[in-house]
Amino acid sequence: MQPDSHAAQQQAFEAALWQQDPPAGLSAPVMAEVAQRFAVYRNNVQHSLTRALAGRFAVVEQLVGPTFFTAMARVHIAQDPPQSPVLLGWGATFADFLDGFAPVAHLPFLGDVARLEYARGLAYHAADAMPVAADALAVDDPATLRLGLHPSVQLFTSPHPALQIWQAHQTGGTRAPLRAGPDHALIARAPDFSIVTAPLDEDTYAVLRALVAGDRLGDAATHAEPTTALVLLLRHGLITTIDTGVSP
Amino acid sequence: MPALPRTTGLGFKPQHFTDMMATDTIGFIEVHAENYMGDGGAPHAMLAALHECHALSIHGVGLSIGSAGGLDRDHLARLRRLIDRYQPESFSEHLAWSSHGAAWLNDLLPLPYTPETLATICAHVDQVQDTLGRRMLLENPATYVTFASSTLSETDFLTELVQRTGCGLLLDVNNVFVSATNHRFDARAYLADFPLFAVGEIHLAGHDTEDLPSGPLLIDSHGAPVADPVWALYAEVLARTGPLPTLIEWDTDVPDFATLLAEAARANAILRDVQRPQTDAA
Repeated sequence: MQPDSHAAQQQAFEAALWQQDPPAGLSAPVMAEVAQRFAVYRNNVQHSLTRALAGRFAVVEQLVGPTFFTAMARVHIAQDPPQSPVLLGWGATFADFLDGFAPVAHLPFLGDVARLEYARGLAYHAADAMPVAADALAVDDPATLRLGLHPSVQLFTSPHPALQIWQAHQTGGTRAPLRAGPDHALIARAPDFSIVTAPLDEDTYAVLRALVAGDRLGDAATHAEPTTALVLLLRHGLITTIDTGVSP
Repeated sequence: MPALPRTTGLGFKPQHFTDMMATDTIGFIEVHAENYMGDGGAPHAMLAALHECHALSIHGVGLSIGSAGGLDRDHLARLRRLIDRYQPESFSEHLAWSSHGAAWLNDLLPLPYTPETLATICAHVDQVQDTLGRRMLLENPATYVTFASSTLSETDFLTELVQRTGCGLLLDVNNVFVSATNHRFDARAYLADFPLFAVGEIHLAGHDTEDLPSGPLLIDSHGAPVADPVWALYAEVLARTGPLPTLIEWDTDVPDFATLLAEAARANAILRDVQRPQTDAA
């Protein structure tokens, strides 16, 4: 690479965004002000990426406060900047980052709150699929049915009361005393585009986990009585295909 | 291919979906391409519904067309799918770069204007236009620094780019005012040199002001009403070009819909003024 080539200039410009001094080769009417001018770009990069993260992880930001969140986001951004211009998918590694970030070690649930928020974002942008009618389940031997679920369906589980903490931070959320974890939830997108975050008991979670894995209804029902899980899926339009197990 | 109407458009924000569906005073809407690159859900449902009643401009912020390296082929393919799906009346991008190597920097970063960068960007514009099968518009940037290595003026650079690639331009009048103030040149002289014949759309937005010891440094914030000197430059441009599709851009601290409509009404009044002499002559 030529030292003054376009590529070399961009490399130096990018490197300087994470450092103290502006790159060489910049110009301004008053040269002493180049650093202040370059700082606009540095601030734009930091601020826009921090706000993108805060938009995705609003409850994590509420839990640690905006000042701490901004400082923490900067560490994460420097370590693991987005690789794609489509920021809808960015943030996948933030929860793991929080699990290992010593200054928040006293908030062991924080990573799982981030996982829940990220899953809700995935549900928001997941592919579309039409729900089947409820009577599609009315067959002679429902135990043989294999259900295809909406692309937005995800199961959340945490050893911490992470779902309860997230719920307390929603509009109208209560400050009821937290029960000990684990917390389980179904996260998905309903046909009206609202994002479902439904708490699950152990039994319903076990049945749904089997259904998500592709087990036939009869096999899923060996974990627990499946009615609650099926009603939940039907109410939110989350069953999109039904395989009767009979060859056509 | 249908073109954008020569009236005022608004950047679409999801919180204004119901208002935007109901209004008949808006000529077109504009969205950032990258916000519609998810697989499905509400964003696509809203955009499809809006495009039923409004013309659509897709404005990319992710191509990094000024990268010294090659264009991101995955991103270009995503853009192709988006444009094939919605058939927008216009597609535009920026004279800027946002990525060099792996990291996505999420800002529109400035370029030196040299024969080398001109050749790179012409090749990239050719590649985009070939891939999308349509003419694109490229937007003039707002900048805070210049490069000692630049040998071409921004207007000469853009004129040459238009001649070599056949692309059109998106003239952001606020960006002209911001850059002129920041680099202490005359915005009117810049516009006198600007290849106005190639302009397919105009952007109007607000800016913030910081103070440097030597004078103001304007920041292209898209978070305030259009400033009076920018309205004046806009009217002067239209007096030379006639009416052009004009977008009110407001992306941060987005106000209520009525405030956006008031800005659009101000642009519409200027558009009507420049239409009048032509109507008289006809």
